[in-house]
Amino acid sequence: MRSPMTFRDHHNEGRIFSTRLLWSAAIVLVLMGVLAGRMFWLQAIQHDRYITLSDKNRVQTQAIAPPRGLIFDRRGELLADNQPDFSLALIVEQVPNIHDTLALVAEKIALEEADIERFWRRVRSPRRPWEPVPLRARLTEEEIARVAVVQHEMPGVRIDANPIRHYPHDELFAHVLGYVNRINAEDLERMTLDEQANYSGTHFYGRLGVERHYERLLHGRVGFRKVETNARGRILQVLEQIPPLPGEDVHLHLDIRVQQAAWDALGERRGAVIAMDPRDGGILAFVSRPGFDPNLFVTGISHRDYSVYRDDLDRPLFNRALQGQYPPGSTLKPITGLAGLDAGVTDWQRTMWDPGYYRLEGQSRVFRDWRRQGHGWVDMHKSIVESCDTYFYDMGFKMGIDRMHDFKVRFALGDRTGIDLPGEARGIMPSRAWKRAVRGEPWFHGDTINASIGQGYMLTSPLQLAVSTAIFARRGGPVVPRVAQLTPPASPIEPALSPESRHWDRMTAAMVDVVHGARGTARAMGQGAKYRIAAKTGTAQVFSLGKDEEYDAEEIAERLRDHALIVGFAPADNPAIAVAVLVENGGSGGSSAGPVARQVMDAWLLNDAGELEIPPAAIPGAIPALMAEHR
Amino acid sequence: MNTEFLRQMPSSRSFATNGSGLLWRLHLDSPLLAALLVLCGGGLLVLYSAGDSNADLVVRQAIRLGGGFMALLILAQVPPRTYRFWAPAVYAGGLALLVLVLFIGTEAKGAQRWLTVPGVGSFQPAEIMKLAVPAMVAWYFSERSLPARFRDVVLVLVITLVPVLLIARQPDLGTSLLVAAAGLLVLFVAGLSWRLILAALGLLAVAAPLMYFFVLHPYQRRRVDTFFNPEADPLGAGWNIIQSKTAIGSGGISGKGWLNGTQSRLDFLPESSTDFILAVLAEEGGLIGVLMLLGLYLAVIGRGLFISWHAQETFSRLLASSLALTFFIYVFVNIGMVSGLLPVVGVPLPLISYGGTSIVTLLAGFGVLMSIHTHRKLMSH
Repeated sequence: MRSPMTFRDHHNEGRIFSTRLLWSAAIVLVLMGVLAGRMFWLQAIQHDRYITLSDKNRVQTQAIAPPRGLIFDRRGELLADNQPDFSLALIVEQVPNIHDTLALVAEKIALEEADIERFWRRVRSPRRPWEPVPLRARLTEEEIARVAVVQHEMPGVRIDANPIRHYPHDELFAHVLGYVNRINAEDLERMTLDEQANYSGTHFYGRLGVERHYERLLHGRVGFRKVETNARGRILQVLEQIPPLPGEDVHLHLDIRVQQAAWDALGERRGAVIAMDPRDGGILAFVSRPGFDPNLFVTGISHRDYSVYRDDLDRPLFNRALQGQYPPGSTLKPITGLAGLDAGVTDWQRTMWDPGYYRLEGQSRVFRDWRRQGHGWVDMHKSIVESCDTYFYDMGFKMGIDRMHDFKVRFALGDRTGIDLPGEARGIMPSRAWKRAVRGEPWFHGDTINASIGQGYMLTSPLQLAVSTAIFARRGGPVVPRVAQLTPPASPIEPALSPESRHWDRMTAAMVDVVHGARGTARAMGQGAKYRIAAKTGTAQVFSLGKDEEYDAEEIAERLRDHALIVGFAPADNPAIAVAVLVENGGSGGSSAGPVARQVMDAWLLNDAGELEIPPAAIPGAIPALMAEHR
Repeated sequence: MNTEFLRQMPSSRSFATNGSGLLWRLHLDSPLLAALLVLCGGGLLVLYSAGDSNADLVVRQAIRLGGGFMALLILAQVPPRTYRFWAPAVYAGGLALLVLVLFIGTEAKGAQRWLTVPGVGSFQPAEIMKLAVPAMVAWYFSERSLPARFRDVVLVLVITLVPVLLIARQPDLGTSLLVAAAGLLVLFVAGLSWRLILAALGLLAVAAPLMYFFVLHPYQRRRVDTFFNPEADPLGAGWNIIQSKTAIGSGGISGKGWLNGTQSRLDFLPESSTDFILAVLAEEGGLIGVLMLLGLYLAVIGRGLFISWHAQETFSRLLASSLALTFFIYVFVNIGMVSGLLPVVGVPLPLISYGGTSIVTLLAGFGVLMSIHTHRKLMSH
């Protein structure tokens, strides 16, 4: 009860209080209205926006990378497959302190600066929260064990297994298969939007060789999965799934036996070997030495490993077979000879005296034969067998560069062969127009004379030599080289000479004598052969000698010695293999390149018992069998 | 208006006599009790969903609510004059405990808020002040005549702000805000002149930026930053509010259904069973659920204001109105922050958020309200 001692205006106090209470009630009502209005705004007016956000939170569309197609040789030997790779990744959102965790991880496994750099770049680039960010790939079993022991002390650190490309034969097929490595922004930029979508789950992209050329085929079609996840990215249920379409397996014409034979025959020498089946254009062996280990490139080659390759004087990353540009030298004499016969400037009966040099009338310049003392009386046959230069100087000069050029381009020289590999070199088949355009000079007689023995401006790749040999073996029939067993496109090349022409037989006979004749330049390779081989040797000058200088292979530094070359096909009467061999600084074609070609031919033509057993073409009838019709 | 007349309206009695004789004798106010029970029961349902169907969580919360209702029942028996008598002593004791907690308090999550009494358990002295401060201010005015004079205002500010600053130092921004509100609301209903109120608001507008730079802890400053621009750090500081608004907005008018809220059940919504539990209700119950909740809160607050309207003494009136309005502050600050109207301050949704001593304190406060209402004496003219 109120004290009677206080003199308070109860009425006034009550009035003040009541007023304030009513004010309070009014303010409460207004603010409650504000809350209700806010809720109405969020839930009724902005509902669509937030339901979208909520679904985006909850439902993730994940791309499922298709498994990459495998690559086999013609025997079914696996040349490229997919194997699990263990990599360490961080879920950044779960890591309390990234720097500390990186330091902890570095105590357990080797981390290169490049790994850490790449990791930070990925952390800072736009990404989905809770998605693991890879730190290091290719953990060894020991490293996995070391990390596993302390993993509970490092929240957010996980080890994932992902399939990566693996090349079981390491170096052996490196230059023809190429390799895959991490797909990058530039790769994606070059793609159409549709292609980009197809690569949304893919981490790897073909770089060179078969992996690059058949990228689309090997890659397959991406799959998708709609999943409901919680905030930590854990999948709670799969709502919808479209499985990926696996990449197609690719079967190659390559034969591991032939490839291995070529590889072993070259040994530690620098060089290239191309063997192909002229019946369907299939590449049987594709070797460039030294090679490299493609497995190192798949998850990103370390700087140390890369600089070893880059700084190697032998240039192991250089694809000699595909991109090497060498003067073809005497290996082209059979084709040049056919050109001369076709042009009518010589015939099989014509003979001439070779004094060891050739001189144009009224000029002092001397073109020397490789044999200083000369070959004596020579005709076309002997000029092929002994590789007489003087006869060809004379014939070439009489034929002229225009006719020579027009004839030779029918043998896939001076342009891309159209092989199913990227980065093929064009080579040079010089002409008047070419010299004017590139050198800005007119054509001289001397240029023609050099061209007639495959020197001067002329350049070819070992692949081109093999293809021109295969075309020769098919009597001018079109040959498009193929690595994969897929129907080749039609060749635009018109036969240079009618397949019925007797010149083919005579020239082939001369080439057989190169190997099996007593004075043949490649007689070393013919010994004990169970079949007849047609071949032509060549040497490519690395640098020119002055006219009176002696050539002494011993005295010249090894790397300045001539490149040794040989081209050939076998069996001579029914060709099932055409080969081109280049041995860099190998000196004489017959003695250093010839045996390599022979071993490659044996690997293809002989069975396990050492008997002649010609394997059938991989794609019979892929190219109209010209040979059979006209033999 | 004739308040004396209103106070003697038989209707105010009729609530008590209207079939609730037992409750009246137990000094319980049936409308208020009914509203509180519905609120707490519904809250348990929301909590069950928010806690991922964890029955343990609900049982623990139910036990805590039971304790709260026990406190309500006990405090309702104590007549208001006893509260008035003890107000200064409880206030002084609470103040002492607050000083104590600064020195020997238990630290958790970077704040020192708890006092551990060996063998008994731990509690937050700040909770006591939620009741002690308004009681103390009401006691102060009960000895003086209204309206409040300038000298009274200064003294009341001291009474209020000393514990508020002590609590803010722990730091516990949410509780200090509620304690400040409890004290200042008494001042408001005691008739603080509008001119002073406007001046204070003006001063606050000037002081706010200064406070931001010189008083707030870095973590508090970050909350304010986030409030103004949650998208600046959507995966970090802005995450809570973005996910909360997404939960609320995606609920729409009728909601996704009980136990079907993806935001909370898939863990996108942090603190879903504590400070952000409203977002769970809004997601699963939609606008309809939210409006029902607001209606219940309005009923509780309205009944509280009704009780203070009918209170017979200055102390009771001031205390009752402060308790009712502080409850509203809880509601407004929590819903305001969860829906992105206010910066994130640690204020739970009253009677629904999981945990905290705050539930017991709140229900104890309603016990005091009921005591005020049921200990009235019928006065003659």
